[in-house]
Amino acid sequence: MSRFVHHTTALTGRSLRHILRSPDTIITTALTPIAMMLLFVYVFGAAIDTGESGNYVNYLLPGILLMTVASGIAYTAYRLFMDVSGGIFERLMSMPIARSAVLWGHVLTSVVANLIALALVVLVAVAMGFRSGAGVLAWLGVVGILTLFTLALTWLAVIPGLAAKSADAVSGLSFPLIFLPFISSAFMPTDGMPGPVEWFAEHQPVTPIVNSIRSLYAEQPAGEDLWLALAWCVGLLILAYAMAMRVYHRKIA
Amino acid sequence: MTTTAIRIAGLTKSFGDHSVLRGVDLDVSRGSIHALLGSNGAGKTTCVRILSTLLAGDGGTATIVGHDVATQPAKVRESISLTGQFAAVDEVLTGRENLVLIARLRLLPDPGAVADGLLARFSLTDAGGRRVATYSGGMRRRLDIAMSLVGHPPVVFLDEPTTGLDPQARLEVWQAVRELARGGTTVLLTTQYLEEAEQLADRIAILHDGVIIAEGTLADLKAMLPPAQVEYVEKQPTLEQIFLSITGAKES
Repeated sequence: MSRFVHHTTALTGRSLRHILRSPDTIITTALTPIAMMLLFVYVFGAAIDTGESGNYVNYLLPGILLMTVASGIAYTAYRLFMDVSGGIFERLMSMPIARSAVLWGHVLTSVVANLIALALVVLVAVAMGFRSGAGVLAWLGVVGILTLFTLALTWLAVIPGLAAKSADAVSGLSFPLIFLPFISSAFMPTDGMPGPVEWFAEHQPVTPIVNSIRSLYAEQPAGEDLWLALAWCVGLLILAYAMAMRVYHRKIA
Repeated sequence: MTTTAIRIAGLTKSFGDHSVLRGVDLDVSRGSIHALLGSNGAGKTTCVRILSTLLAGDGGTATIVGHDVATQPAKVRESISLTGQFAAVDEVLTGRENLVLIARLRLLPDPGAVADGLLARFSLTDAGGRRVATYSGGMRRRLDIAMSLVGHPPVVFLDEPTTGLDPQARLEVWQAVRELARGGTTVLLTTQYLEEAEQLADRIAILHDGVIIAEGTLADLKAMLPPAQVEYVEKQPTLEQIFLSITGAKES
């Protein structure tokens, strides 16, 4: 166990150094979600009726945060892919180390990098008028949900990181995930959507997660949404982890 | 303790219908440089990947300093180091940071000192503080080999260490490999360059179509051919000699 901790620490330190030396990866991660936020608040926002009082930045921030994570994990997949294609992965696997530390180093780095990008997006949101009176506990809840969501998507990103044949294939991962919030309650209430779309929006993970985060910082009880959000995150995490492990074991004897 | 560092017996491996290794037998004695010579697709890399516990063989056995690669992979990993076909170095880190990382992973007591020692040994002290992205091909390979020596593994696999390098860099790598063997490390070197095997190896095994078709010292292999005939030919410099002479071929 202590071997695993030692090796994971060393390898996490290594990939955190990558981020420190190319901070542009964090900025690029935050750029798309920030652009979306600007577009929706200042262009489309006036035409959207959320059915709630309060400002629109508050309404759409949770969806933007999920989009940030979706965009950030592409770099995790990319960094892992570079290790695999450049031979570092094989070098590490042939060394007397706790082998799983190689993946965990990337996973923990992903969590740190995404939390920094998320903080950046929240700062921009504050500049655009986002306000919350939520207490420490509610914010811890928000950070907890986002961390769980990041972990789930990160393990999903490990799959193409290990299996992809080209860097282009890896970066394609984020696109469907970034668009998922559009068909959810992230930008507008779902009841205005046509039947099948509304059904999808009501039954995909983004909606309960967005609703929970929104309730948490609006100091309202999140109720059933919170449990649903946690169930989705944990379920996705377990599924993605299991799939990543299958790909990993096929890759390495 | 035996004097055999690597023992391969009847090793087979297929990918689907394609049979890559069809019964490889090879013994490599401790402290020697053994070349595994073969053309592209002969199965050299597959063989090295099985020996370094990255791939499971289908049949036969392979042991590294007495440890079976299939049943004692953790023991094997403690005894080996792999330098793969591409220089497996972290370009974002400096040369020194690469070495320190490997030393930390191998749980060595003073990673910084280990790194500095190896940088000096491979003439990389001046470049040690620079990011590897700025290194030449030869410098990368030297760093790559230096990384394989961290922790003094008794057996080192070098998979085509000079493929894709210019003549100058190739000489640098050869120097590094000789350096390695002088320290008593057993080296299994795969190559497709006949000259490389001739220059570096104590013994040479020729892998062709998944089996070793010849094995021995250079003299042994030469003896397999009919006796040499004496012919008088004008000694022309090779293009390599010309290239190295006019480019100054300085050690860097």
